[in-house]
Amino acid sequence: MIEAKNLNLYYGAFHALKDINLKVAEKSVTALIGPSGCGKSTFLRTFNRMNDLIPGVKIEGDIIVDDENIYQKGIDVDRLRKRVGMVFQKPNPFAKSIFENVAYGMRVNGISNEKVIKEAVEQSLKQSALWDEVKDSLKKSAYALSGGQQQRLCIARALAVEPTILLMDEPASALDPISTAKIEELIHELKKKYTILIVTHNMQQAARVSDFTAFFYMGSLIEYDLTKTIFTNPAKQQTQNYVTGRFG
Amino acid sequence: MNHSIIKKITQAIAFNIFRIMSVILVAILFSILAFIVYRGASYITWDFITKMPEEGMTKGGIFPAIVGTLSLVAGSMIVAFPLGVCSGIYINEYAPENGFKRFIKLMTNNLAGVPSIVFGLFGMSLFVNTLKFGDSIIAGSLTLGLLALPVIIRVTEEALKSIDKTYREASYALGATKLQTIVKVVLPMSMPNILTGLILSIGRVSGETAPILFTVAAYFLPKLPTSIFDQVMALPYHLYVLSTSGTNMEESRGMAYGTALVLIIIVLILNLIANIIRHFLMKKIKHK
Ligand SMILES: Nc1ncnc2c1ncn2[C@@H]1O[C@H](COP(=O)(O)OP(=O)(O)O)[C@@H](O)[C@H]1O
Ligand SMILES: [Mg+2]
Repeated sequence: MIEAKNLNLYYGAFHALKDINLKVAEKSVTALIGPSGCGKSTFLRTFNRMNDLIPGVKIEGDIIVDDENIYQKGIDVDRLRKRVGMVFQKPNPFAKSIFENVAYGMRVNGISNEKVIKEAVEQSLKQSALWDEVKDSLKKSAYALSGGQQQRLCIARALAVEPTILLMDEPASALDPISTAKIEELIHELKKKYTILIVTHNMQQAARVSDFTAFFYMGSLIEYDLTKTIFTNPAKQQTQNYVTGRFG
Repeated sequence: MNHSIIKKITQAIAFNIFRIMSVILVAILFSILAFIVYRGASYITWDFITKMPEEGMTKGGIFPAIVGTLSLVAGSMIVAFPLGVCSGIYINEYAPENGFKRFIKLMTNNLAGVPSIVFGLFGMSLFVNTLKFGDSIIAGSLTLGLLALPVIIRVTEEALKSIDKTYREASYALGATKLQTIVKVVLPMSMPNILTGLILSIGRVSGETAPILFTVAAYFLPKLPTSIFDQVMALPYHLYVLSTSGTNMEESRGMAYGTALVLIIIVLILNLIANIIRHFLMKKIKHK
């Protein structure tokens, strides 16, 4: 289970997330929507403590992942990040072969049994629907792949360390429509096993892929409900305006 | 209307000035090269590059100087490359943003501007005298290494900085530590740019005379070194000797041009090799 409780985040003096309370449903897709700069990425990145890397960030409140407050003292952040996978806006495979990209997470976490690694790589590439396209070229550079394939490689890379949660920050925004459709299809498949949080600026995409939708505006969570409700019968006028594109 | 014509004319003038400048520059470089090739080419024979100097350096070859220069380039890079890369990593990745870091960066930049003769004196006092290495390949390599260090540090820093932060984040997001991220992700991606720094350094190091003057270079030593504690001849110093203080300067003039040409060719070949490696790495890590 993952949950944000009275979460506040500051970039120096700038109050970027304001008192967010949100419980994420397991094995489902939750979309984070809202205008650019409203804090979607910032919120997403609190779940794997990626904001820790930015100097001057201050966080108050709790983020609960699997019954554990991940901001409490003594939390092993590297271990946490293994449980919470992340996919970025632009495909960002490492300067390694296709195989080594997927194997990377296991290697840095101390797995050295080549047989185990090989099986996990195959498994992950199958899960990310890339296996059939790359099984004969695993030794090739990841940069030989198309943008859409690279993004699915990044998803495979995240899956290989066996997370339970997947964070996706506009994972299809740099891709063409066909690759986007593939990623969306994949998300649909993955939610059977993983709890997925996805940031998107594309309303149709949110409507297509998610079960729940959270609407953010200027650092606040305005409304959070079933996606169907958010898009057809939202409780707040602000939400209504945003999802219908009548936003000032 | 009038205004836009003036703008166009200004543009055209500026453009042509730039063009003329670069043509002049290329022409100057080219004529230097052509001059040296013209004066030196006839001296370059198999014997010239494989034989010992003879008869007061007016005859024979420059083999020991070639070997000397190559060993000094290799030695200085063995010293400067790991040290420079590690320092660059420390400065860019680990040093906290404070006065101390700014001080280190300032000093590194200043060090790059120190005249090479000062490095020579420093090398003599520290490596030759205090550490008692004597005039030797190791003393010369260490001195030249110090000379090359600032450039390699700076280039490493810039190369690391230019890697988009999303690659680091992707690595951290998989549970990698900072060290793993730097060594396995960031450094391989920066290597082509770091190698550019290495190429620049090789060019500089192989042509320097002042730092080797008091630390390793031999005036006349017609035999090859057997250990890193031996003195060697070196091309730039040999060139200097032939053209200023040879036993018979009129007769050795031609050999001086030959020596200069060999030095240039060696630098070009080393650059070419480094560039091929860089190109190869670049192809491996090309990212859009
Ligand atoms: N590293 C940072 N330092 C300071 N301010 C930041 C930083 N990252 C984001 N912000 C600010 O926080 C707000 C939310 O940013 P972000 O979460 O990236 O928005 P979104 O993903 O919804 O477009 C923006 O106003 C942005 O300018
Ligand atoms: Mg964002």
